[in-house]
Amino acid sequence: MVSPVTRLAAGVLAIAGAAVFGANDAAQAQTSVKIGYAISRTGPNAGGAAVSTIPNYDLWVKEVNAAGGLKLGDKRVPIEIVQYDDRSSAEEAARALERLISQDKVDFILSPWGTGLNLAVGPILNKAGYPHLAATAVTDRAPELAKRWPNSFWLLGTSADASKTLVELLVKLRTEGKIGDTVAMASIADGFGIDLSAAARPALTAAKFKLVYDKTYPIGTQDLGPIVNEAKGLNPDVFIAFSYPPDTLGITEQSRIAGFNPKVFYTGVGTAFPLFRQKFGANAEGVMGIGGWSGDSPAIKDYLARHKAASANGAEPDRWASAVTYASLQMLQQAIERVGKIDRAAVINDLQTGTFDTVIGKIKLENNMPTKYWWVGQWQGGEFYGVGPAANEGARSAVVPKPAWKAQ
Amino acid sequence: MTNAVLTGLMLGGMYALIAMGLTLQYGVARIMNLSYGEFLVAAAFASYWLFTGWALSPLLGLTLVIPLSFGVSYALYRVLLTPLVRRARTRDALEVESILATFGMMFIVQGIMLAMFGGAYYSYSFLAIPVQLLGESLALNRLMAFGLAVVIGLALYLALTRTRIGTSIRAVAVDPAAAQLVAINVAQTSALAFALGGALVATAGVLISMFLTFSASSGVVFTMKALIIVVMGGVGNLLGCLVAGLLLGLSEALVATYVDPGLTLAVNFALFLTVLLIKPAGLFGRAQR
Repeated sequence: MVSPVTRLAAGVLAIAGAAVFGANDAAQAQTSVKIGYAISRTGPNAGGAAVSTIPNYDLWVKEVNAAGGLKLGDKRVPIEIVQYDDRSSAEEAARALERLISQDKVDFILSPWGTGLNLAVGPILNKAGYPHLAATAVTDRAPELAKRWPNSFWLLGTSADASKTLVELLVKLRTEGKIGDTVAMASIADGFGIDLSAAARPALTAAKFKLVYDKTYPIGTQDLGPIVNEAKGLNPDVFIAFSYPPDTLGITEQSRIAGFNPKVFYTGVGTAFPLFRQKFGANAEGVMGIGGWSGDSPAIKDYLARHKAASANGAEPDRWASAVTYASLQMLQQAIERVGKIDRAAVINDLQTGTFDTVIGKIKLENNMPTKYWWVGQWQGGEFYGVGPAANEGARSAVVPKPAWKAQ
Repeated sequence: MTNAVLTGLMLGGMYALIAMGLTLQYGVARIMNLSYGEFLVAAAFASYWLFTGWALSPLLGLTLVIPLSFGVSYALYRVLLTPLVRRARTRDALEVESILATFGMMFIVQGIMLAMFGGAYYSYSFLAIPVQLLGESLALNRLMAFGLAVVIGLALYLALTRTRIGTSIRAVAVDPAAAQLVAINVAQTSALAFALGGALVATAGVLISMFLTFSASSGVVFTMKALIIVVMGGVGNLLGCLVAGLLLGLSEALVATYVDPGLTLAVNFALFLTVLLIKPAGLFGRAQR
């Protein structure tokens, strides 16, 4: 006769035992690939993360799992996601990643959004030996960082390169007689704007452009009217704003209202967002901005369609970092599948040396960085095409002068 | 010069508009509402949703948003904040407790907006047409927001100074204990002031959404701005709010035009500190309450 209590205890033991053995089984035969990330769901970075990063992570995981999972050897293993909100704070991102590594024991980690957070988590990922595919970070220290942290890959390039490409394009337009040599430049007094304007200043001077206006404005400025009005008064051939999304929209709107229509009108982050076209419609035409993609390439068209189909409200990706982010995931997937097992050192090695087929074309990294980037894009016929560097495959020629603003 | 002054006035009007609701909530009901900016953004989202989903102009949207926000704020005060008011022994204690309670509310409102709209930026164009004024082109939507700020400010000022209920609101702002002695229902009046503040912030949110880009996380910027203006103008003083807002907007525009756009924030804070040094209770504030 077994008492109910004993039976209960035996039952509990059996369940506990099964759990322990089950866990052991799981460790031996990989039943899922655990991938973790901390992303800014809230805080000031949330706007960028929601456009460029989160939809791509979701899309990729959905697609891979729909195909049965990642191919490890001769079988497919589904992806299991562990995610946290880093609340746009470097400390929070660091804590979340420590947790992903030590407690959740994830196999791979996807990068957070933005330059600041990628710099913040770099040392942690390097120390733990995880590949770090920074797809949304622009920093001049990228080549140096790639050396210091051999596991880190800086896919969006350096701000000096961004400014240099823009100036090269301006030089070309001047040689063609399409623009004169006066430039007005406004920049946001925050990481990105400071870097880009600091690189553009000497590049413009070296190319013998006259910088007639060069002012910075603080982050969170709510009325960009004074900047636009003063720039308009100087009647420059080129207007450059190294701006963040809210000011990109604000500056464009103000310029339209003030009737400020220089031959080249260039704005910063956010120009490549679908929101830009949605807000300005036909007035987006001819506006240049940072980023761009080969809008005519079948791979991009296919990616655009899949992105739209996957998101709940048919949201489109931005025409710069989104495609790069998605390509970074394809690179990670191809590296993992080529290695055929969860071996992070081998995956890092494959990322350093392999060639990858992605939506933005074939990628082979040199010194942990791609060799080609889109730096200047332009809205042409409702699509944000890459126009610089002009040597890139699929580059369109820039439409200059920019067409006049239309009354809405 | 004309341009800088006009831009400054419009910016200042917007600032005053943003802050007027807080001066009622903080000055009269003594609720230091840290979720103030979130309510502003919520109204902006409501307006966005009505405009893009239902093609309802933001101006018509106001007729829906204002009563709704008034009701919501009233209910919030009655349900959530009244227990705090009852428990608090002094007004200072209430201030501290309301900070904690509304801090929590901030996360709730923000969370709801994030769940509904995600973290992305939102922006739409409405009345973004240039109009000529004194030979300068200005955006009609900004001009209208400024005009409404002035109209609302004056109407409220008149209501507060010329009507019986306005007088009782001011009495509660000055001394609730004494107000009670002259048969003013302090609880009722505070709830009314809080709800009125809620309606005002929603109005500001709808108007601002016509020309500013916003996201679920941008509330805190507005709370900070409103707080500076309220303190600068004198807590609970509508006229002070209007003057302080205009002062900040004008100084920003003038500095951006004639000195450097990079110094606007510095000038804002310098002005704020100067006012507090000379008049610690704000421009129109009373030293003693």
